[in-house]
Amino acid sequence: MSIIYLLIPIAIILASIAIWGFFWSVNSGQLDDLESPAHSILYDDDEDLIPDEAKIHKPAHTPTDKPQ
Amino acid sequence: MNAPEGNKHNHLSCFHCGLDVPSGSQYFTTIDGQPRQMCCPGCQAVAQVIADGGLENYYKHRTNEASSPEALSVTEQLKAEFELYNHASVQKHFVSELADGSKQATLVIEGITCAACVWLLEHHISSLEGVQLASVNLTNHRARVQWDDEQIKLSDIFLAMHSIGYQGHPYHPDKEEQLLEQETKRAMRRLGIAGVFTMQIMMLAVALYTGANGSLESNYENFIRWASLVLATPVVFYAARPFFQAAYRDLRTRHLTMDLPVSIAIGGAYTASIWATITASGEVYYDSVSMFTFFLLIGRFLEMKARHRTGKAGNALLNLLPASAILCTPDGEQIVAANELQQGDRILVKPGHTIPADGDIVQGSSSIDESALTGEYLPLTKREGDSVVGGTINVENPIHLTVTQVGASSQLSSIVRLLERAHEEKPKVARLADKVSGYFVSAVLIIAATVGLYWWQVDPGHAFWVTLSVLVVTCPCALSLATPTALTAATGTLRQHGLLITRGHVLESLAKATHIVFDKTGTLTEGNLSLQNTQTLAELTEQQCLEIAAALEAHSEHPIARAFHRASHATSIVPAEQLTNHVGQGLEGYINGQRFFIGKPQFASQYCDTPLDFNHAPDDQCQWLLLASETEPLAWFGLSDPARKQAAQVVQQLKRMGLEVQMLTGDSSAAVGHIAHQLKIDKVISGVSPAEKLQHIQQLQDDGAQLIMVGDGINDIPVLAGAQTSIAMGSATDLAKTNADAVLISGELMRLPQALKLARRTRANIRQNLSWALFYNLIALPLAAAGMIAPWMAAIGMSISSLVVVGNALRLTKLGRTDQVE
Repeated sequence: MSIIYLLIPIAIILASIAIWGFFWSVNSGQLDDLESPAHSILYDDDEDLIPDEAKIHKPAHTPTDKPQ
Repeated sequence: MNAPEGNKHNHLSCFHCGLDVPSGSQYFTTIDGQPRQMCCPGCQAVAQVIADGGLENYYKHRTNEASSPEALSVTEQLKAEFELYNHASVQKHFVSELADGSKQATLVIEGITCAACVWLLEHHISSLEGVQLASVNLTNHRARVQWDDEQIKLSDIFLAMHSIGYQGHPYHPDKEEQLLEQETKRAMRRLGIAGVFTMQIMMLAVALYTGANGSLESNYENFIRWASLVLATPVVFYAARPFFQAAYRDLRTRHLTMDLPVSIAIGGAYTASIWATITASGEVYYDSVSMFTFFLLIGRFLEMKARHRTGKAGNALLNLLPASAILCTPDGEQIVAANELQQGDRILVKPGHTIPADGDIVQGSSSIDESALTGEYLPLTKREGDSVVGGTINVENPIHLTVTQVGASSQLSSIVRLLERAHEEKPKVARLADKVSGYFVSAVLIIAATVGLYWWQVDPGHAFWVTLSVLVVTCPCALSLATPTALTAATGTLRQHGLLITRGHVLESLAKATHIVFDKTGTLTEGNLSLQNTQTLAELTEQQCLEIAAALEAHSEHPIARAFHRASHATSIVPAEQLTNHVGQGLEGYINGQRFFIGKPQFASQYCDTPLDFNHAPDDQCQWLLLASETEPLAWFGLSDPARKQAAQVVQQLKRMGLEVQMLTGDSSAAVGHIAHQLKIDKVISGVSPAEKLQHIQQLQDDGAQLIMVGDGINDIPVLAGAQTSIAMGSATDLAKTNADAVLISGELMRLPQALKLARRTRANIRQNLSWALFYNLIALPLAAAGMIAPWMAAIGMSISSLVVVGNALRLTKLGRTDQVE
């Protein structure tokens, strides 16, 4: 049980490191925009990287029949 | 591009901006292989650019419709305006040069509505050659752009933004803006401290609770207590600081709010826990203290986020002034930064440009669009000797000015000062929770003192701990959560339905409102002229007359001309030849060799056999223009600013809900009476200045009215700031939005009665929550006073009562059936 004399201080130090990291990220502006990163992973801008045969739906149009 | 057959359907909405497509519109863009209907050439052009750039995903992911772009016919002028940003003297205020020679600037972008806009902008700008980095922030609408000046000019970047429907402005951070930023960061750091350390303390608390039956050896128990003390200290001294500061301020101003009981609970429990830790006796409450702080901070953080949401354009006022001016010196014209202008400078303002400072016209005459300041959409005619105001737009001819006022003494700044004064004089809204807390605090303190005194006489050894448990049990957790949870839930619901609430008191004061005052132009009406009525006088058909009128007005950017551009659906108007503009009178020009006039009846009919004047106009409900040839009058065109579609219905509903509806407008024309009659508004005050508007609502408020003001223009800002509750339209200027308590994003007036109903329901909900919290305290208090409550019981009781409050508040996340308005 006396291990807690070691483990609890370690926990406190780890928590302090986490806080330091959090402060750093706030101060360096990483959390200025809390909205758009949550959406950005949803954008399918990898359409061109998927091989045609692997696509579940065939693309509605190919780049050649773009509107004039 | 081939049009599908369905284009005759009524009420089709534009695929790009969601506005109704006018019947017979021929604008289409192919997106994802399907022809999509557009409402105007502006939307069509923007959608085309987006589609051509392969950025069609934007339409899949967006959650709000784009704002409708202004007509894109002004590109030449716009180009010239954007090119001003390439000048070093203009750039030195917002562009910095990096070590590798590339340039970097922060821009404010208008027109961002959702995360898909950010994606679209970032992709579109980064794809330009020479742009090294483009990152857009959705929260504050700022873009950081880095580019190589040798490959691309800043004006091209502005143009690229414009082509997809966004307006860029250079960003000059002002002091207030920086303070807001600091406030946000501090709040986040507090939240982080409270969150991380609360988790640690809770872990240790589990050990203490499970060991409460004596299975934990006392030396371990003491160690865990000391560890908790170390963890709780930053939470109390750093994270909970705003509560203590607010409580101190309350004490000094003798105005009790919820912050005082909160501070007493946090401070008291923390002090007692330290005492218990040092003396190794009694109980510790570190877990309750930090958890309580964390919960409250979350509530405050969400409230602050909502408040900051609208104040993002930052230099909203500066955006009204152009970045540069053309200075006339003996050596010729030169472009200078607008903020370097001095009194007495002579400047040239080209048509379409914004006037950079207050001044007097020394040469030329033109019409000036003052809509940004006064809300009136019709330009005023100004001649030599007349004075003009910075921030207004020169519409027709080049004019030379001598600068009379710059900076703080200009008219624009004086409106801002009026605004500041209005803010100070704004009546304080007594919040229900604050009133309750006033009684609550006194009651708790008296009871705690009585209990302490009683136990001191019965059993001095127990007195301290029993008194403390009374204080902790009555810890106003549920009480202080009662209001914020209900408000947060209702605010979220309203936001989904298009009303953005930015200040905490709004929902409460909406529920109490007795009067609602509307501005006219842009609020009850659409805010732009449209062709209402055409009456032909000769053999030509309506369509032919319209085409002639459109050809005459083809080059003009006057609001009247725009009404004709919109009304004639022809995709390309062939402009008339030898167009001559008679300022304030009308236009003349030749079509197929024949001379035509359009404008004021007396002007247009000057060569006709019988000159006409306004008395011959069909009625006085619209503004009438006459189209005439050299020999005879051809047609009357009736123009007016129509009331918004649902306005009449909304006014009627508001009246039924028991509110007094008034209209307050700077306009003094006949249109005021017409609109008031149409919407059945009985009380109308017209032709008043911003200062008089403010006076009027202050008078009403002094007489005890609970007032809601709805408006949009810069001229409404002082009123918006001075009214108890103010709502700005979504199309309003940023400055107006920042100073309003709520913003009607969609511009749908129908949301107002809905919001009022939800606000009333919220008030009922808050009352239920407060009653429950008081009821819980009433039960728990005697038990604590009798010394029967252990800390873990207090903790569980507190959590359950809080959950009940939160659960009740969640009922507000849906608009009830009664709130739905068909």
